[in-house]
Amino acid sequence: MLLLLQYTLIFASVLILVALGGCFAEHSGVINLGLEGIMVMGALGGALMMRYAPDSFGAFGMIICVIIAAMIFGVAYSSLLGVACINFKANQTIVGTAMNMLGTAAATVIVKAINTATNPNDVSSTIQYVDEKKAFIVNIGSFEFSWFMAIALIGVVVAYVVLYKTKFGLRLMACGEHPQAADSVGINVYKMRWAGVLISGLYGGLGGICYILSGVSEWKFENGVAGFGFLALAVMIFGQWKPSRIAMAALIFGFFRALSNVYFGFPILVALNIPGSIYNMLPYIICLIVLAFTSKKSRAPKAEGIPYDKGQR
Amino acid sequence: MENQYAIEMLHITKKFPGIIANDDITIQLKKGEIHALLGENGAGKSTLMSVLFGLYQAEEGIIKKDGKEVQIKNPNDANALGIGMVHQHFKLVECFTVLDNIIMGVEPNKFGFLQKKEARAKVLELSEKYGLHIDPDAYIEDITVGMQQRTEILKMLYRENEVLIFDEPTAVLTPQEIEELMQIMKNLAAEGKSILFISHKLNEIKAVADRCSVLRKGKYIGTVDTKDATIEELSAMMVGHNVNLHVQKEESVPREVVLDIENMTVASKMHKNNAVKGVSLKVHRGEVVCIAGIDGNGQTEFVYGLTGLEPLVDGKITLCGEDITKAPIRKRLLSGMSHIPEDRHKHGLVLDYPLDYNCVLQRYFEPEFTDKFGFLRKKNIRDYADKLIEQYDVRSGQGAITIARSMSGGNQQKAIVAREIDKNPELLIAVQPTRGLDVGAIEYIHKQIIAQRDAGKGVLLVSLELEEVMDVSDRILVMYEGEIVGELNPKTTTEDELGLYMAGAKRDEVKA
Repeated sequence: MLLLLQYTLIFASVLILVALGGCFAEHSGVINLGLEGIMVMGALGGALMMRYAPDSFGAFGMIICVIIAAMIFGVAYSSLLGVACINFKANQTIVGTAMNMLGTAAATVIVKAINTATNPNDVSSTIQYVDEKKAFIVNIGSFEFSWFMAIALIGVVVAYVVLYKTKFGLRLMACGEHPQAADSVGINVYKMRWAGVLISGLYGGLGGICYILSGVSEWKFENGVAGFGFLALAVMIFGQWKPSRIAMAALIFGFFRALSNVYFGFPILVALNIPGSIYNMLPYIICLIVLAFTSKKSRAPKAEGIPYDKGQR
Repeated sequence: MENQYAIEMLHITKKFPGIIANDDITIQLKKGEIHALLGENGAGKSTLMSVLFGLYQAEEGIIKKDGKEVQIKNPNDANALGIGMVHQHFKLVECFTVLDNIIMGVEPNKFGFLQKKEARAKVLELSEKYGLHIDPDAYIEDITVGMQQRTEILKMLYRENEVLIFDEPTAVLTPQEIEELMQIMKNLAAEGKSILFISHKLNEIKAVADRCSVLRKGKYIGTVDTKDATIEELSAMMVGHNVNLHVQKEESVPREVVLDIENMTVASKMHKNNAVKGVSLKVHRGEVVCIAGIDGNGQTEFVYGLTGLEPLVDGKITLCGEDITKAPIRKRLLSGMSHIPEDRHKHGLVLDYPLDYNCVLQRYFEPEFTDKFGFLRKKNIRDYADKLIEQYDVRSGQGAITIARSMSGGNQQKAIVAREIDKNPELLIAVQPTRGLDVGAIEYIHKQIIAQRDAGKGVLLVSLELEEVMDVSDRILVMYEGEIVGELNPKTTTEDELGLYMAGAKRDEVKA
């Protein structure tokens, strides 16, 4: 039971962080389908930091450095989306899809190159972080508390305050709803959209490192992040682009994802004799069902996906 | 002597490729006056205002504010100089509150955190002072168009703008709201604000403006004191010749029923409810029936249901005695229905096709235009298009091979009208056929509609323009929130009465 809670919370944390990333981008008017790729890049940044950080950093220093590295990788990678979609007005869906393919591929190549350079016989795309991972975990009884749970909670609060209580948030959302209106009162739409995309990269990168640290202690980069970026988009839609609702939605999806990890711990579920792969599919199936039923009344930011062109009035 | 002008635009010339939008135009706005800018579509009013608001840069001429020459390079410069504008299409974020929209761009804040309290007090004070009656916490999507416009006005007042530009502010309002707006504008002027009021509606200008400057085809024609000018004089200045503002027509002679709608119900795409609720009506041959109403009261869905663009939830449609309730669109068109759609870009034309293909969009499959192997007979199509162009005076750069997108709005509309009328329909459905067109084109289209009526066709006109409703129709049905709430005779009713029905303040039980 505790294990289920633990997994639910950690997977929910991943989803919250990434969905909030999507939320910022979309509120600024840019659809960020590249979250999957951004997660991979964030994960790569964090994993490389864990691999190369000297032990002298200590647990706290390690946490900070890994998080910062993941954020920097995420932000840097998301700037691709910014350049293509904001400056060059490219189709956001296609750019996002390309970023997803590139993300996993590039990470695999980079890690393989590093591995082969240190040991010519090692052609795997795996990075191990058995010891480093321990820095992120605090054992409370048999419950493994991960600092990422706290970070996700902070992430929700920060996102809420920034979006609804600050000048920046008001302007950002105006750009996603009605960029011409924002422009007419002197708001630089391009700048705000860049801000949205970069914040999205920051959250996405964070979510990526959180994901690969969620259970295992090594990561094979060929695997990407198993569609979590897309799951997060579903969470964002289900959460109606609002931080608090995103958190709730993430908990639901996190729960189903967690089930697949721990269902064998529940005699009732085992007795049902359903193959494990069904449980693995569960979050994605739920995602489809939920979206099918909620998409109709969902209220996306009105101008999302439409490149802003100053000339069009 | 103190300078009496708030804004002077002297000898402004603005060129676009191939056209001089503003040719040596001079306009002087006195402090505290309401100055109307009158002109047809394409006369250069909007361009001139865009120059003043910093959206365009003029090639020649200077702008003076309070007697000092100024440079206005972008809207921020204009704002800094105290120039504000209510755009024709409101620049409001629908899911924000009124207050958020007003403070956007000039948010009072501490370290980036919004401080709405003071702003709220200031907005309420301004609202009180000018009689705007606004609720700062309402969401834009929930309030009426009139209230949205007031939000735009408050946006300017909140920024303490001294020069207020209103770009065709009455187009979207009910007669009652227009009256209120006029009063608000007078209040603003009385408080020392200077107002530029862009319009092509003469009676409004006559009612509210102190002076009026007229533009025609990019040229400055003159400025007159409105109290000394008659509506006819203003109109002649605007179009360059005397225009018949009223449609000439004989008494209608209604004959047998051509269209019979019973209890039509159409679902709304936006909301869960029905947009059209049990509408029943009949259209006879030889009459123009007009559906009047404020935009968004179900007229669009009604037409969609009638023309087959949307399925009906309930009801029955009979055209010339034939039940077409479930008929596909092509069947309806072949049964004698013609449709001049509301959105000519979306439903009227394939914008990237040449004009000749657009002329045969509904007929390309006929043997005249397609041979027995399924290939298009291009020559026939071209000839047919040339005939329409000739007959209906459709003007375009390269004749039949002109890409529809490159044509002017008026000529696009003429092409559609030509296509729909030349089909020789039994029923002509015209939805806002004159939207965005200038006086000349409007006159032309109205004549065509009347001609169809006199030829014994049934005409169903859907319009938001009160004058059009009053002038063209023989019978007015008012639609409010998806229902027909009144049947009026244009000869005996007044615009005020019509307005009351349109606003839902008055209703009768109407039977078809």
